[in-house]
Amino acid sequence: MKRPEPVQIVKQRRDAMLQNLVAGVPYVQFLGISFERHGDELTAVLPYNERNIGNPMIPALHGGVTAAFLETAAIIELSWAMTWEDMEAGKITEDSPRILLPKTIDFSVDYLRSGLPRDAYARARVNRSGRRYASVHVEGWQDNRTRMFAQATGHFLMPTRDG
Amino acid sequence: MSDEQQARQQILARKFIEAIPHAQALGMQVTEIGAGRAVITMPYDVRLIGDPETGVIHGGAVSALMDTCGGAAVMSHPSAPMGTATIDLRIDYMRAAKPGDMITAIAECYHMTRSVAFVRATAMDADMDRPVAAATGAFTVESGKGRQK
Repeated sequence: MKRPEPVQIVKQRRDAMLQNLVAGVPYVQFLGISFERHGDELTAVLPYNERNIGNPMIPALHGGVTAAFLETAAIIELSWAMTWEDMEAGKITEDSPRILLPKTIDFSVDYLRSGLPRDAYARARVNRSGRRYASVHVEGWQDNRTRMFAQATGHFLMPTRDG
Repeated sequence: MSDEQQARQQILARKFIEAIPHAQALGMQVTEIGAGRAVITMPYDVRLIGDPETGVIHGGAVSALMDTCGGAAVMSHPSAPMGTATIDLRIDYMRAAKPGDMITAIAECYHMTRSVAFVRATAMDADMDRPVAAATGAFTVESGKGRQK
């Protein structure tokens, strides 16, 4: 009988793939977005930064920052779900070239309340993912998981994959 | 509104928008504003790249520009709202912006009620005939009377 893989090997492989997806995208670094991973569940984190303010009076996060954050969370989740099986099968290693990201066709953001000047979180759900198109929904929250400050739906064009 | 009042409102609106921290971070500049229409530019910047292979700007940065421009169009409407916030914004990404090109957004507040402003916007690179992205949005209208945000 095959023995289960050592936990650190599994974690290393998954974290390396997450890095492959996220690292090297300057705009993701510019906004300071990072991803937390629990098994296959990803949570995008946008730490508070004065530079991300859109209304200095309230003060509130810039709607564009919220949109960009949710869009990034959707793209990474979609790529992550798309490559998960190949990664688990050992087809993607640390030396693999950068994984191609899906392209946004359209993105629609619903602003539910103003973004507070503190950290924000987002989790995306792939509602449909075909060979060419995908539909993804994202929820963004701050202090309370059940009180979303924004949600979004986007459609994406999947990258062409060989083989 | 007299021409002088209008000119003053425009200067004020420009200063107001260029003072937004995130608009500053992205280098946005208001080139035209007034009568519910705004034109804002955003220079090409390597920090905003979304695709390292091609150097194409991330859609998120274009969203930020469109959102700012939409808000600016609302603020410059003749009914002079005291403030605004985005209710929803939908963006269609038609093509990748050419790496190195400045992006220009044009937004128009085409209808306004006492509480809601409806906006259309377009983003272009140097090739003005083929838009990079299009957006439609609804914004709140703060009258300054009653409940303040």
